[in-house]
Amino acid sequence: MTTMDDQSVGMDYLESFPRKFLRVYLPLGLIIFFLLFPFYWMAVTTFKPDAEMYDYEKYNPFLIAHPTLEHIKKLFFETDYPLWMWNTVIVSVSSTFISLFASVCAAYAIERLRYKGSRYVGLAIFLGYLVPPSILFIPLAAIVFQLGLFDGNLALILTYPTFLIPFCTWLLMGYFRTIPYELEECALIDGATRLQILTKITLPLSLPGVISAGIFAFTLSWNEFIYALTFISSSENKTIPVGAITELVNGDVYHWGALMAAALTGSVPVVILYSFFVEYYVSAMTGAVKE
Amino acid sequence: MAVLAEPVAAPLKRSSLWSRAFESRHFLGAMFMVPAIAILILFLAYPLALGFWLGMTDTKIGGVGRYIGFANFISLSKDSVFWLSVFNTIFYTVFASIVKFAIGLYLALLLNERLPFKSMVRAIVLLPFVVPTVLSAIAFWWIYDSQFSIISWVLIKAGLLTHYIDFLGDPWNARWSVVLANIWRGVPFVAITLLAGLQTISPSLYEAANLDGATNLQRFRHITLPMLSPIIAVVMTFSVLMTFTDFQLIYTITRGGPINATHLMATLSFQRAITGGNLGEGAAISNAMIPFLVAAILLSFFGLQRSRWQQGGRD
Repeated sequence: MTTMDDQSVGMDYLESFPRKFLRVYLPLGLIIFFLLFPFYWMAVTTFKPDAEMYDYEKYNPFLIAHPTLEHIKKLFFETDYPLWMWNTVIVSVSSTFISLFASVCAAYAIERLRYKGSRYVGLAIFLGYLVPPSILFIPLAAIVFQLGLFDGNLALILTYPTFLIPFCTWLLMGYFRTIPYELEECALIDGATRLQILTKITLPLSLPGVISAGIFAFTLSWNEFIYALTFISSSENKTIPVGAITELVNGDVYHWGALMAAALTGSVPVVILYSFFVEYYVSAMTGAVKE
Repeated sequence: MAVLAEPVAAPLKRSSLWSRAFESRHFLGAMFMVPAIAILILFLAYPLALGFWLGMTDTKIGGVGRYIGFANFISLSKDSVFWLSVFNTIFYTVFASIVKFAIGLYLALLLNERLPFKSMVRAIVLLPFVVPTVLSAIAFWWIYDSQFSIISWVLIKAGLLTHYIDFLGDPWNARWSVVLANIWRGVPFVAITLLAGLQTISPSLYEAANLDGATNLQRFRHITLPMLSPIIAVVMTFSVLMTFTDFQLIYTITRGGPINATHLMATLSFQRAITGGNLGEGAAISNAMIPFLVAAILLSFFGLQRSRWQQGGRD
């Protein structure tokens, strides 16, 4: 990607700094300010005592005069928040692993075994990617209820793969396609079975693809809302997004401090994971679109 | 490309029916598909079909429904709240998508410039897309608070306003507020995917145009846009799809209020089906979204076809 950097055809150095500032840095700065401000506001509110939060006359709202951990303490010790976080972790990790396993098998079969009709199955799986959860949640709620999964982690672990598998399969198909056939042919001649080829050659070579798919799937399930809202009813089984929006609001009393603390601490794990795997994440996001 | 040859040596060593089956691509392929297909049929294809059926019944939560044909759709067609939600959905989708595209493309072009800390800037830009939507929507909810909105406070201090704006209490203010929140969330996705597209455009095209004396605008109009158009088609289809079926932002910030002014079809179907218990009616509203989705998917399909052809790929 770095080789493509000289877009401006080598004339870049002729541009004076003030001009470049007006043309690039200023608009870029404004857009980044717009994109980051809600996070700043989230963080400021989290650490601000109630007295300052509701008094804009005496205190500058952008700053914190007396930082406090009161809201975070309230969130962790007076609500079910630790349970929500635990549920979110369990659900995200399990559904990610289930989806990765199913997708690796499916993508390998479609892309490399080329069984009869594999192309149509591949296309059907891509179409599955385009079915949005907001038209599936009502019938899925009926099914989850019938199967007796209602109000439990299993309801989410089994339904999240419906949007993760199509995505991961599609992404992995693209990665498998980049691995030369000749490697597999060599292994076949040496007497390796298909399973050995998959685990010893194809998978290690497409590890970046598997990591990308895994990271993306994990964040997607961490962020999922509508299924978790519909299929879970008791507080101790909720995930962070659902718990924050349904349990931290008592009638008309909004505990803004605790709400912002939940928003901040609920975002931190995905942001940390993301910061370690930015390149993988970006390649998953753009790869799925480019294919 | 030739399909892998069947292993010739294997039958000599092992000849039981079972092991021979494992050497067959078709049998093995089918076995490999089992986990994915089982989950997708049970929790994706079956619910999709069940949804069509539910839309034609009067199922209530905890009860068994009767087939009532198109009665749900007929009653919806006389329901002003339903039509308001259709209007809101289209309004929300059109305005948010256009602005997301404009800002996203602009941001992609800016990020494609020579910049210090480029990869870090790109990582930061993507944050709104990474963070759980509901959690950032809570932040917007607080930003739009009627008494303590930071936007109102800044505008008053700057002398542009005399009183706090009632962001979420007035129908039109509320509509624009959720559109803004949606733009905030959607811009990074559009920008980063378009940036990936920009990076695949060969610099030699720009060099050639430069030698021919093309201006910046001409280079953008005659090189960047045409080269980018396949990926624009796909990105915008995804963006429209996600915006049209959005649920989280609205549910978190307004829950469809004030007086249904921001209800989208998705939030209305949730309200009728889950909160109100009328699964059949809710499913009918969901089904009414499908024609729009099919239109968006067809658009993406033709966009993809064109990109394959342009890149000289198969078919």
